[in-house]
Amino acid sequence: MDYSGWARSGRDGRVHPVTLGVDPAGLGSADWDACWQGGLPAVPTGGCVYGVALNHVDELAALGAALGEPPYKAPPKAPILYVKPSNTWSGPFADIVVPDGIDTVEVGASVALVFGRDTTRVRACSAWQHVEGLTLVADLSVPSPSFYRPPVRFKCLDGFCPIGPWVVQPHAALQSGSVTLEVRVDGSLLQSVSLHALVRDAAKLIEDISAFMTFRAGDVLMLGSGPGRPMVRPGQRVSVSCAGLGRLENRLIRVDASGSPAP
Amino acid sequence: MKHARVIHQGTVQWAVEHDGRLRLANGLVVDETDVSWLPPLAPMPRPRTIIALGLNYADHAKELAFKAPDEPLIFTKTETALVGHRSTSRRPADVTFMHYECELTVVIGRTARRVRRDDAYDFVGGYTVANDYAIRDYLENYYRPNFRVKNRDGCTPLGPWLVDAADIPDPMKLDLRTFVNGTQTQSGNTRDMVFDIPFLIEYLTAFMTLEPGDLILTGTPEGLADTRPGDEVVTEIDRVGRLVNTIVADDEPVESHA
Repeated sequence: MDYSGWARSGRDGRVHPVTLGVDPAGLGSADWDACWQGGLPAVPTGGCVYGVALNHVDELAALGAALGEPPYKAPPKAPILYVKPSNTWSGPFADIVVPDGIDTVEVGASVALVFGRDTTRVRACSAWQHVEGLTLVADLSVPSPSFYRPPVRFKCLDGFCPIGPWVVQPHAALQSGSVTLEVRVDGSLLQSVSLHALVRDAAKLIEDISAFMTFRAGDVLMLGSGPGRPMVRPGQRVSVSCAGLGRLENRLIRVDASGSPAP
Repeated sequence: MKHARVIHQGTVQWAVEHDGRLRLANGLVVDETDVSWLPPLAPMPRPRTIIALGLNYADHAKELAFKAPDEPLIFTKTETALVGHRSTSRRPADVTFMHYECELTVVIGRTARRVRRDDAYDFVGGYTVANDYAIRDYLENYYRPNFRVKNRDGCTPLGPWLVDAADIPDPMKLDLRTFVNGTQTQSGNTRDMVFDIPFLIEYLTAFMTLEPGDLILTGTPEGLADTRPGDEVVTEIDRVGRLVNTIVADDEPVESHA
């Protein structure tokens, strides 16, 4: 089958349609260069990028009785939202610089919605009409065990949110959640997340969030990661992939005093 | 100079303060009620980063039964929350406590990365006033303060003016005041911030790059009160501006009070 969607060219910064005859989850940077005239893709969208924490039933279950104890005191009621501001964005295949002093980075892989229309007070039954497509996000953070008030300095580091490589039109498997998201570090499969097991599916998230805040066309909403987030170190390569959605791959590096990549 | 971004006769434009009135880009001088006020910010090519501070005045931390933090308590917001001067903000029907927060707001003027506090003011483009409403009923203990409390459409009035940084020689010595229906309910001075502006710019830019037009809402002093539909809430900071907002019930149509 053909896979279709669009990507933003890293060559001219413009959005171009993309049709691929192979499952794009297998494509690496050399394949993109070879099969797409846009060259390597850039971050495909320019809207606000929102994340949702604890939206996987197993992730919530892993907290167990702690949900009822301080500092949480009660299980969450509303979706738990956060922002990955534009300083955090990285393109597909980009090297991401890890600052000195940080040895381990946590990978919050997610399928993400890209809004096609401004979305305010929309019901779940019509929510998908507001979604232009889906893409992949690797939400990187300095590990923190707490969901109470995770420090922004752990979540919003420069470059710590690769997005892409492209935006794919919603298709039935994605809408029903019957797909699996996989995270590999240096080629080893470290996490598989079923999108069936979400606390709120995409349509319900849109209903509950747009009840009080507007998504603008181009905004991105991550559906959330699963339990057992992989850890990655500078020098390693992380890839997030999903059938039909492609593969988002990045390398974490250090930079030495002269500005060169450090070993 | 004090800059405003307004809609006049259907056109979005910049204006400047002129003897208590507004001089539009085309030279026309009009009253402040002749225009619709937008947040005094230029559009950005990428989403605006909006940083806000929790518990950044020791007296306010005490009021909320917290001890002043050792490290800035930072949270983030998005532009959907912003509205201009003389706008309305909506109070949901089912809530018991919606409070204002008068905050000095820093508008970044230059790309800022790993800035030292001694140089921090070089990166400030100007200042404005924010009223960062919170709906306390919705507070939950996950990613505090959660978006349902703090990132609601139109619940962060901003303005009226963007005041050039050069016109505010000491931003750490400004009185802040809030009035509800003409009665003063909040007062403070920016000198009582736990973490001052140079510290915050150094702290933030150590890990994140800030761009021109990004905002830092620097927190609010003590003196919070519930506000109800029909209340006029004025948040005022010396030399920076007097920001007017009116609370409306959530089931009323959203409209400008200009």
